[in-house]
Amino acid sequence: MSSRVVLITGVSRYLGGRLASLLAAEPGIERVIGVDVVPPRQDVGRTEFVRADIRNPIIAKVITQAKVDTVVHMSVIATPFGAGGRTAMKEINVIGTMQLLAACQKAPSLRKLIVKSTTAVYGASSRDPALFTEGMEPRSQFRSGYGKDSTEVEGYVRGLGRRRPDVDVTLLRFANFIGPRIDTPLTRYFSLPLVPRMFGFDPRVQFVHEDDGIEVLRRSVVDEHRGTFNVAGDGVLLLSQAIRRAGRTSVQIPSPAVSAVGSVFRRAGLVDFSPEQMQFLQFGRGVDTTRLRVDFGYVPAYSTLAAFDDFVSGRQLKKYVDPARLEHLERRLLSTAERRRATTAESGVRA
Amino acid sequence: MIPIDGREPAPPRRSRRAARCTASLADGKRCREAVVADGLCDEHLAERLEAEAAAVTPDWERKLAGGLAFLRRRVTGDYPVDDFGFDPDLTESVFLAAVRPLYEKYFRVEARGLDNIPAEGGALVVANHSGTVPLDALMTQLAIFDHHPAHRHLRMLGADLVFRSPLVAPIARKSGGTLACNEDAERLLSAGELAGVWPEGFKGIGKPFSERYKLQRFGRGGFVSAAIRSGVPIVPCSIVGAEEIYPIIGNVKILARLFGFPYVPVTPTFPLLGPLGLLPLPSKWVIEFGEPIATNELDRGAADDPMLVFNLTDQVREVIQQTLYKLLLGRRSVFF
Repeated sequence: MSSRVVLITGVSRYLGGRLASLLAAEPGIERVIGVDVVPPRQDVGRTEFVRADIRNPIIAKVITQAKVDTVVHMSVIATPFGAGGRTAMKEINVIGTMQLLAACQKAPSLRKLIVKSTTAVYGASSRDPALFTEGMEPRSQFRSGYGKDSTEVEGYVRGLGRRRPDVDVTLLRFANFIGPRIDTPLTRYFSLPLVPRMFGFDPRVQFVHEDDGIEVLRRSVVDEHRGTFNVAGDGVLLLSQAIRRAGRTSVQIPSPAVSAVGSVFRRAGLVDFSPEQMQFLQFGRGVDTTRLRVDFGYVPAYSTLAAFDDFVSGRQLKKYVDPARLEHLERRLLSTAERRRATTAESGVRA
Repeated sequence: MIPIDGREPAPPRRSRRAARCTASLADGKRCREAVVADGLCDEHLAERLEAEAAAVTPDWERKLAGGLAFLRRRVTGDYPVDDFGFDPDLTESVFLAAVRPLYEKYFRVEARGLDNIPAEGGALVVANHSGTVPLDALMTQLAIFDHHPAHRHLRMLGADLVFRSPLVAPIARKSGGTLACNEDAERLLSAGELAGVWPEGFKGIGKPFSERYKLQRFGRGGFVSAAIRSGVPIVPCSIVGAEEIYPIIGNVKILARLFGFPYVPVTPTFPLLGPLGLLPLPSKWVIEFGEPIATNELDRGAADDPMLVFNLTDQVREVIQQTLYKLLLGRRSVFF
């Protein structure tokens, strides 16, 4: 069954807004309702904006009155940065999702629920397999943070799936988003002139391009895709390699100093390093996307490497280490060597 | 390289049709692309010029060019890594090159039975573990890369301590290692990679000198079920010589517990001689690869039959143990 009335939470954020404007342009969809606490900054087409917190009972009314058949939940936030602290973040993420799902469960018109989750639910540890498939459990324990919130959110979503078997639940676990326009803790991290990383570790990182992420979300709304899917670009990058590709240098920080440095960055408002983020920067993470490619039927247009390069060129990051200049230097060195050989050969002939 | 005709290129024919490239292709046919000069198309012309340049360029200059290109690739991050974090460029140019003198000059490793390793497709090398420091794994990797006709990379499966330790963890991943767990073993093997396991783990590598060449328990046989599930052969591998490089005569358990290490070894020279004690003894090594044990005739469900898995594990263990005894008998001395 295709969607007619779609409700999107978190519509004022970058991905939510882009999805809303795409769906608004979709002829088969009658109404797109966007919910957020602040009005959207980007153009969202004919999307009707409802200014509300998802913890507010207004949501339930909107869903029943508008006969919403598809809910796209994408307002689980990754950092306590804008939310005003970890407590507020948890409140928005977990309590907000509970309220939203309670409203969904009561709505007879609901047919489809799409939740934007994250591969952070797999955690990051030294005992991790190289690639996580959707059926695997995390090998490390979360104390707090985005991963823990997302795990709890997924638990509530599965609960709703059990109680409302008539609702198609699509759970999308996205790798770290990257691209020329999106702003995440990681894009800010790679934009630092001197990138700090954990001493003695070089984790594998995996990215999904913003365009691929949006396309997967759009297809989940337009077509039928029940189940849980990892969404990531093909392949991985090593953190050191990514930093080099961005033309930056990294500084390795020994682990006892890491939390101190992290809190300085946090207070300076540069980059938010949560303990969870630190673990990710120590051990890294990779996910298997076979299910996305085979069952969902979508092959990401950007590999991890291509997505990262698009981010670097799209942001016009100043490359402190310039590949073109290096190549020039290399050619000059080689031609000098060649000239020296030529002159010695000549003098050899003369002698 | 595409072979290029030795004889003079045919003079351009005076026909209305443009002249065609005369370089012969790998399948014996002519290239037939439009000619740029010398009876060759632009692609083959460039190739010939390159070959001519290579013939007159001295060796050191080519090495310099190679080295500079390598440096540029490293500095700009322009190299591929696979899903496991394996970096072939770095492994071949740095890691293996660093281990090679140790392999050739110091331990004078002799690799036997390399033809028991298939030239392509998945296979699981199972070896005994010894020597306090896992040099045996590095030597096995180099033996296969340097001396196997297909120059295959051995993808080593390591304990989680490896991936928890700073400095060691990134080197392990970049040189092709990954965590010894069923998921990774099966992923590697079904992708047609050559994987290596040392099922004795710390029990084997950290055992006292008095127990040398006595195989320890082979874990839970997880490696056997991974091989059965992926339907790849198991290649038993026996390493002689590694036991003597750092003979363990004691273990400082208090320190080990304090730092979370599996053992803190005491050898005749360490810590007595300080840093000098870190120098391994120059024993003479033999690495013998035994006949592969096929698993593809077994049902995939056999991996869940504990009795069968135990029996197969024992069989592999027994082959390695017997080969070790045979090699020890044939050895003249520890050092020669």
